[in-house]
Amino acid sequence: MLRLVLQRLVATLPIMVVVATVVFLLLRFAPGDPAHVIAGDLATADQVEEIRKDMGLDKPITTQYVRWMSAVLTGDLGHSVISKKPVTELIAARLPPTLSLAVSAIVVTILVAVPLGVLASWRHGRWVDRFIRAGSVLGFSVPSFVIGYLLIYAFAVKLNWLPVQGYASLEERGLADYLRHLVLPTLALASVYIALISRITRASMLDVLGEDFVRTARAKGAPEKVVLFRHALRNAAVPIVTIVGVGITALISGVVVTETVFNIAGVGRMIVDAVLARDYPVVQGTILFFSFSYIFINLMVDIAYVLLDPRIRY
Amino acid sequence: MTLFPNVVARGLAGRARACLGVTALAAGLAIASPAIAQGGTGTIKVVLQTQLKILDPVLTPAYSTRNHGYLIYDTLFAMDDKSVPQPQMVDTWTVSPDKLTYTFKLRAGQKFHDGTPVTSEDVIASLRRWSERDQMGARLMASTETLTATDASTFVFKLKRPYGLTIETLGKQGSPVPFIMPKRIASVPASQAITEAIGSGPYKFVAADFQPGVKSTYLKNTDYVPRKETASAFAGGKIAMADRIEVVSIPDVQTAVQALRTGEVDFVEDVQPDLMSQLEGVKGITVKSFGKHTDMFTLKMNWLQPPFNDVKVRRAALAALHQVDYLQAQFGDPKVYQLCGSVLSCASPYAIEDFAPHIKAPDLNKARALLKESGYKGEKVVILHPTDIQVLGAMASVTSQALRSIGMNVEVQSMDYSTMQARRTKKDPIDKGGWNLIHSQWSSLDLLSPVTNPNLDARGEIGYVGWSKSEEMERLRDQFALESDRAKKVALVKEIQKLNYDQVFYVPLGNFSKFKGYNAKMANMVEAPLPLFWQAKR
Repeated sequence: MLRLVLQRLVATLPIMVVVATVVFLLLRFAPGDPAHVIAGDLATADQVEEIRKDMGLDKPITTQYVRWMSAVLTGDLGHSVISKKPVTELIAARLPPTLSLAVSAIVVTILVAVPLGVLASWRHGRWVDRFIRAGSVLGFSVPSFVIGYLLIYAFAVKLNWLPVQGYASLEERGLADYLRHLVLPTLALASVYIALISRITRASMLDVLGEDFVRTARAKGAPEKVVLFRHALRNAAVPIVTIVGVGITALISGVVVTETVFNIAGVGRMIVDAVLARDYPVVQGTILFFSFSYIFINLMVDIAYVLLDPRIRY
Repeated sequence: MTLFPNVVARGLAGRARACLGVTALAAGLAIASPAIAQGGTGTIKVVLQTQLKILDPVLTPAYSTRNHGYLIYDTLFAMDDKSVPQPQMVDTWTVSPDKLTYTFKLRAGQKFHDGTPVTSEDVIASLRRWSERDQMGARLMASTETLTATDASTFVFKLKRPYGLTIETLGKQGSPVPFIMPKRIASVPASQAITEAIGSGPYKFVAADFQPGVKSTYLKNTDYVPRKETASAFAGGKIAMADRIEVVSIPDVQTAVQALRTGEVDFVEDVQPDLMSQLEGVKGITVKSFGKHTDMFTLKMNWLQPPFNDVKVRRAALAALHQVDYLQAQFGDPKVYQLCGSVLSCASPYAIEDFAPHIKAPDLNKARALLKESGYKGEKVVILHPTDIQVLGAMASVTSQALRSIGMNVEVQSMDYSTMQARRTKKDPIDKGGWNLIHSQWSSLDLLSPVTNPNLDARGEIGYVGWSKSEEMERLRDQFALESDRAKKVALVKEIQKLNYDQVFYVPLGNFSKFKGYNAKMANMVEAPLPLFWQAKR
């Protein structure tokens, strides 16, 4: 296990260098630059050039790349060319809302989707199964922003139980306010993942429930609950864990639409704003952070495989 | 557009009550913290159209930075609701009989937020830095022999020649605004961003709370001494509305409107016409226009590249356009827009509507005849279209349709606004990344006079994009700047307007109103073309 972790960590470095280089080059080759954004429409070519010079964008791309990579290797992701704030500070400020939303959505998803999937497979072909499958088709089909607006209308505007928008920091506003602000975006976001994971769980469970060892367990008189959750679900867990891992990475890299509808200033919105403003250091730094997150979560998923199925070796 | 018809709402609410698990959790949390409204006494939460990212009001003309500037900085002069400049930081001022020497005395007791007194040296440094980035400021400085401080509260402009816009320039409301900041900050070159936001205005910026693009916080400046006059637009006594202002970002307009409805925010700068119905009849909420002509659409042609380097093609295009088509396509509701044939915003005191053909029905036969006369042979016409600027959504389609109807070969190239900002500076031919037509949206404040309106810039390749060139237009603009007689100024605008519609420097595409939504906390807010958070009455 330790070998796996070490191998993965060593492999991380070249991956991140490749990602950093590709992102750096893509941004430089994309049309537009931050000097135009800052200078505005009325600036003369000379004024734009002065700003570019002040940002160091007049230097050759190789010089800019070497300078940036040298700083990155020392842990310095640079400063935003727009707001002048350190990129690490900007990511740190935007991370708590994104992580809160990702964790709450995944927790709700697992708590709802896995039992639904198990139930659907157990009652395969009956009305419960059909109902759950219809629900999952609906979850897939309705965009999360539509669900978001409907939730806002019902619970915030009409019933006045929950806030329409925003994120309340746990430290500043306390647990109750923190949770109240998370309920609606979590439900909007989880609806898609519940649909996805309940279907994966159902399909995976149906495969396993047809296996000999399940028949043997039932023949030995094991209670159905034990058959389903101890024998079948554990063996069906690997594909479920894979999809949960993919879901977590997608959630951390930003769920821009949900963040926009519920006005949650997370990392997803930050990177969209940064791309539109050609804020090179912020885009580069954030994508590096995402890459590291992907690698870390994939590592966690691989470790989970070993724990769930001891036959798996690396 | 109503996203939540009543039938859907009632059905949803019914089903929602049935979802016991979710509602129980929600209800429990609601009980745990009953107050939905976040703005406590003395605090107002406002949602502006764009969120502050850059602190330097000279480096960038961004409207978010301008609005931030109006909270924390003060200006020497300020325009009242009749667009007449009134002294603001200035106490008294005199002008010599030959109109060459302006002497200004600052009001006593003015302090910056760092506690230092406002002095003439601060004023001079601020004006010098600002004039490097502002065309109106640059014109004033070009007419200035010397600008000196005679004592801590007195400064003197000695002009080379009488300059009719001296006071208007010092009270310019559009961005960049001549805000006054401490000399140590104003000494930073205009090409470098200042990172300290210290002014002498009615609010102090809370740097520790600043999250670029998300939130900016301001506290009432208790040291601020407002003028005694009643507030009138940008002028008069600026009595702070609240102890604390939180400017928060809500990028989704639908969410912003719902947040205003439920009291989570107190003010929304831009309530879009299709969302107004959601606030109709909501107790305590007012939706009101910022004024009849808050913004304006424009079409600019590239004079350097064919076919619009030929005046006959420009005239043909003008004859094919119909202003109302743009406004209908974008808004559909005549309450929101106004036809305006003036080359200035119709909010300008100098606006006239003579000579404008495109506010009447288009003359397609004339357009086709002019095009034929020009020898146009189907060369491609490229329109740059920024897809992320919602308010410009319909512009490119309407222009392309009008030009196609007279036989032009039009291609609309869609892109994000940042790409367009870079692309529009290209003077190259079309096949090398150049362009022919661009549309823009302007705050009326930027288009009040021929001097500030960049679309009338006729300096050629050193001027504003489109690079129109005309010595006659520049002569008229210079004359307007030097003239102090109002009647003569109006006459000059008439000449400018005639020249514009003859040579087609640009095409004004109509004015429209922006609407603000607010609750009772903001009822006493001063009326102005942009959000100013001080009280109309004491």
